[in-house]
Amino acid sequence: MKKNSILTRHNTTGWLFASPGFGLMLLFIVIPFILAIAFSLTNQRLMSPNAAEFVGLENYTNMLDVGILVVDPEIDASGNILVDKNGDNKYPRLRKFTRNNPDYPNVQGMKEWFSFSWGVQKIAIMASDLVFMKALVNTLTFVAFVAPIQGALALILALLINQPLRGIQIFRSIYFMPVVVSIVVVSLLWRFIYDGQNGLLNSVLNTLTFGHFKAVDWLGNQDTALGSIMAMSIWQAVGFHMIIWLSGLQTISPTLYEAAKIEGASPWQTFRYVTWPGLRNTAVLVVIVITMQAFSLFAQIDVMTSGGPLDSTQTIVYQAVERGYGKQDISGGSAMSVVLFLLVLSISLLQRYLTREKN
Amino acid sequence: MFRLDKDNPTLRLIVRYMVLTLIALIFVTPILFMMMSSLKPDQQLLADTSSIRAFLPIGDISFDNYKAAFERAPIGMFMLNSLLVTGVTVVLGLLVCSMAGFSFVFLNWRGKSIAFSIILATLIVPFETIAIPMLLMVSKLPWLGLDGFSWGWLNSYRVQIIPFIADGLTIFLFAQYFKDLPKELIEASRIEGCSWWQVYWRVVMPLSGPIIATAAILKFLAMYNQYLWPIMVTQQEQYRPVLVGLQYFFQLNTAWGEVMAYLTIITVPVLAFYLALQRAFIASIASTGVKG
Repeated sequence: MKKNSILTRHNTTGWLFASPGFGLMLLFIVIPFILAIAFSLTNQRLMSPNAAEFVGLENYTNMLDVGILVVDPEIDASGNILVDKNGDNKYPRLRKFTRNNPDYPNVQGMKEWFSFSWGVQKIAIMASDLVFMKALVNTLTFVAFVAPIQGALALILALLINQPLRGIQIFRSIYFMPVVVSIVVVSLLWRFIYDGQNGLLNSVLNTLTFGHFKAVDWLGNQDTALGSIMAMSIWQAVGFHMIIWLSGLQTISPTLYEAAKIEGASPWQTFRYVTWPGLRNTAVLVVIVITMQAFSLFAQIDVMTSGGPLDSTQTIVYQAVERGYGKQDISGGSAMSVVLFLLVLSISLLQRYLTREKN
Repeated sequence: MFRLDKDNPTLRLIVRYMVLTLIALIFVTPILFMMMSSLKPDQQLLADTSSIRAFLPIGDISFDNYKAAFERAPIGMFMLNSLLVTGVTVVLGLLVCSMAGFSFVFLNWRGKSIAFSIILATLIVPFETIAIPMLLMVSKLPWLGLDGFSWGWLNSYRVQIIPFIADGLTIFLFAQYFKDLPKELIEASRIEGCSWWQVYWRVVMPLSGPIIATAAILKFLAMYNQYLWPIMVTQQEQYRPVLVGLQYFFQLNTAWGEVMAYLTIITVPVLAFYLALQRAFIASIASTGVKG
């Protein structure tokens, strides 16, 4: 331990220099992180005359519990299945099972998430916090689409502006421009672009198709709302990752490209065998950063849809804020935050594992 | 087409520029539309969306929307709040984070490697996951100000500044940069009798122009664009930053001109800053990619 000999140690000075920064990080990142876990096991509220109590995993079960309900169709006295006027089987109302029914304690208080037919029976998947379940699915959908699409588009843009062309810096600057515009500003601007009546997008599509395009209320329709927010989010952030890809591209030695040229490699072969292997580390970083940003989806929702229509754009962070801040339920909001962190962590670890160095 | 492409270098060049320009239009038209619309009365703004006029400053052009926006909301105050919070955080952040980076690279002390691991670990904790417990925490923190002792930080500048002064990425970037500085320089200054503070302030910091610019730009962007935290901690209008002030305009679906004017007011300072310092902006983003 020569390095730590008394002559080269500066315990006091070292601490004095590091402590303002490190202390602030402990206070405002590490402690809140520990508090998130601690609060999620209690019934802590923002303002409350009563002291918080330990409730175990109650917040998590309230949030994540799902149950399966197998429902038999209604039958008449002679044993025939009753059908409604569309010819579909008639089923009893699910409320019968979820409200104070001692025979079905596992779905007590739950609501129907979705259901499907199984022979004559109907199978209903029930959730105790339906809105959170939708938020969870929406967030995962958002990540599953945005991370690969944004990463790939950013790489394509990086390859385009890595060409030795006159004036290429101008294009680089333009592609990057939306990144410096706040996502809140972008969201409000695009609310007008996506507007169903006077929106720019509908007008442009209408002009391009010579009036054949039927106007769509992009954010007001539950089939298009989340997709519209995805497209806008990619538009805003893709330039950021383009620059990261570009810095990766510029670390690849030009001699490798020359060698590939001499060997007569096609552009695709050059990309596959020279460019892509050189970008491995960059790829891990880009995908992890996009994933983390995508999981944190909040401002777009708050400005554009408030989670609607019909909860089709609810997200985990939006729900956590609505709980923790809106309803002052710190413990519920904290539990959602912990779930979000576990998702981010596991996906980061998975990505790191999948893209690890194979020797 | 492809063959033509290959044989005719001029045509090939033209095609390349056309592709680049088409993509550029996708990025630039919404921003251009915002700026142009802010100059038009609502009726014209809506009529123009169906033609190329949407992106041109023609017709009935005026600054009336700006006047109306300033009358509707205390925009000047919001702007000053944003600049104050952002400016103070960036300056204090650069100081505190560069000092920490200096300590991690040049000084040996007990617990250093654990402290550095903790700082690296914070990089994968999104702020959104700690915002809710932190809201409760800051509502109970003590404060000793000019007007005496008090509890709770909500509705203040400090609640928007102090939690964001130190961040893992900035400390990390400084440490990375300091690692590449010649060690002999530090040793020489120590032998000549400089205190560690003098080494930091007189020797290392003057050599750190590029990383200071990088860190300042990244921190500026992050702070100016803060949204989730200020909406939770500034119920009182007098402390609100510009982006939270936008809420005045959320429900104004009928007065788009005013909305566009306010959006332009928020965006123009950053955009001007960016266009003036493009190289530094892009270099700063690129440097976050080095850590891979």
